[in-house]
Amino acid sequence: MGEKVTLLVWRGDAGAGDIVEYQVEVNEGEVVLDVLHRLQATQAGDLAVRWNCKAGKCGSCSMEINGRPRLACMTRMSTFEPGEAITVTPMRTFPVIRDLVTDVSFNYAKARQIPSFSPDPSVALGEFRMQQVDVQRSQEFRKCIECYLCQNVCHVIRDHEENMPAYAGPRFLMRIAELEMHPADTADRRTIAQDEFGLGYCNITKCCTEVCPEHIKITDNALIPLKERVVGRKYDPLVWLGSKITRRGHRDTPAVPSKRDTA
Amino acid sequence: MTQSATAPQEAAPGRTRAQIAARTLRRDRWWRSPAVTAAYLGAVVVYLTWASLVNADYAYGAYISPLYSPCLATTCTPGDSSFFLIPWVSVLTPAIIIIGGPMGFRLTCYYYRKAYYRAFWRSPASCAVREPHAKYTGETRLPLILQNLHRYFFWIALAFNAFLTYDAVVAFRAVAVVGHQHVAGAWGHMGLGTLVLVINAALLWLYSLSCHACRHAIGGRLKHFSKHPVRYRMWTMVSRLNSRHMELAWISLTWVLLTDLYIRLVASGVITDPRFF
Ligand code: SF4
Ligand code: SF4
Ligand code: FES
Ligand code: FES
Repeated sequence: MGEKVTLLVWRGDAGAGDIVEYQVEVNEGEVVLDVLHRLQATQAGDLAVRWNCKAGKCGSCSMEINGRPRLACMTRMSTFEPGEAITVTPMRTFPVIRDLVTDVSFNYAKARQIPSFSPDPSVALGEFRMQQVDVQRSQEFRKCIECYLCQNVCHVIRDHEENMPAYAGPRFLMRIAELEMHPADTADRRTIAQDEFGLGYCNITKCCTEVCPEHIKITDNALIPLKERVVGRKYDPLVWLGSKITRRGHRDTPAVPSKRDTA
Repeated sequence: MTQSATAPQEAAPGRTRAQIAARTLRRDRWWRSPAVTAAYLGAVVVYLTWASLVNADYAYGAYISPLYSPCLATTCTPGDSSFFLIPWVSVLTPAIIIIGGPMGFRLTCYYYRKAYYRAFWRSPASCAVREPHAKYTGETRLPLILQNLHRYFFWIALAFNAFLTYDAVVAFRAVAVVGHQHVAGAWGHMGLGTLVLVINAALLWLYSLSCHACRHAIGGRLKHFSKHPVRYRMWTMVSRLNSRHMELAWISLTWVLLTDLYIRLVASGVITDPRFF
C-alpha cells in the first residue's frame, strides 16, 4: 500500500501562520491535491483548500508547491524524489483567507477596469465578417483558465505590493493585447495600457510564461507585441511625426472609471 | 467531507498575505541559469573590451573581423571593407567607433533584457525568488524607458548586416602579399575563413529577422490579417523564427566572437587559414 510522505503545509489566518508538518499516505498515480484531501480527511479536518475540477481546467487550486506556483491537481506526486518533503504554501501575492485559500479579488477588480470589446456601432450586428487568421492570435489567450498563477509569480507585485494599484499584471495586460488585436474592435487602449495598467513595469523576464498551466506564451505573444504597439503610440518620434503630417488624430480610450478604487 | 472556502466579495480589513520570511521556498537549482548567464555575459564583455581595444590583427587578406567592420578609421588595413574613412574619429579604434550599433541592438533586445535583468539586476533572479531591491519601477522611467527605442536599433542592425554580408562576399578573394601585408587578391577563391564569415552573416540575419520589433513591423501591428495576406505570410515566417530568438541570440553572439578570434589567430600567424580553392 501507499508510502508516507512528509507534507509541510502553511496553516494560518489573515496572514499570520506557520508551516505545520504532517505525515500523509500517498498512493500510486496521485497528485498533490489528492494528498491534501487525504490530510483533510484523516488529520486536519479544518484545512482550507480551494478546488473544483481536479482536471486543470477551473483554475481554483493554485498554490505554491516547493516554492513554485502550481496547480495542485496537476502536480503529480511521482515528480518528487522518494522521501522528499513537500512544502505547500498559499499564493504569496494575494491576501490569505485561510490556510491555502487566498483572496484573489484583486484580479476581478483589474478585469473590470479594462474597456470592454467595442465594435463599430455603424456595422449592424451579424454583419461583421472576419476569418480564422484574424482571430487566431487571440485564441491562444482565450485558453486562460484564470488560475492567476501568472499574477502571483510576477515580481512586479509579488515583491512590491505597493505596485498593485498601478499594475494590472500579465493576465490583464494580455486581455488588453487580445482586444487590441481583435479585428472588429475600435477602441485604442495603448495609452492606458502604459499609463493606467502599468505595462512599463513589466521587464519581460517571462515568469508568467514559465508558470502558465495552459502554456500560453504570455510574454512573447501578448506582452511584447503590446509593448511594441505602445511604442508606436507613445515613444516613436517617426510615427508621431507621421500622424502630425497626415493629421490622423488619435483618440485614446480611457480606462473604466474608479480604476484604482479596489486595488 | 471536503471543505472548499468561498472568497467573500470584498477583502476583509486586516487580511494580509501569508507572512513567509524565506526569500524563496524553491529547492531546485534556480540559481544555476542566472549564474551561467552572468558568467557567460561577463566573459563576453571582457573579450569584447579587449578585442576592440587591441586595434591589431583584425584583418587578413580579404577577411575582416565583424567587430571592426565597417572600418571607418583612416588606420584601417587596406583590402578590408573600408567604405568611409573618417580622419577625425581615428583616435578611436575602428571597433570602438562602430560598437554602439550592434551593442545597442543587443542591449535593448527583449531577450537580452530578460537575460541581464535576471542575471545581473536580479529582478528577479529566478521565478518566485524575491528580488533584493526595495523599490521597483521597471521600464517606466529613465533610463530603462529608453528600451523602447529598440526598433531603431533594429534598423541600424540591418545596416550592419548589409556590411557584414558584403564582407562575406569579399571573403571569396584570394590572399595576395604586398610588401609585408596580406591583402585581398583575385576573386573566386575560398578558405575556411570565408565559410566562417558566411555563417556569421547568415546567423546575424537570422537573429535580426527573429527580432520582436521586426515581427511587429512586418505584420504584428495589423489588426486584420486577412486583408494583408502577404504581410500575414511574412509575419508567420518571422513568428516561427521569433520562437527561436533566444537560441539565435546566443548562437549569433558566440559566432561573432569566434569569427573575430579566428581572424585574429590567422592574422597573427598562430594558425594558417586552410584554403579550399
Ligand atoms: S514577463 Fe512581465 S508580466 Fe510576466 S512575470 Fe515577468 S514582469 Fe511580470
Ligand atoms: S494566463 Fe495562464 S497563468 Fe495566467 S491566469 Fe491564465 S491560465 Fe493562469
Ligand atoms: S481543481 Fe480545477 S484546476 Fe485544479
Ligand atoms: S533583437 Fe531581440 S527582440 Fe529585437
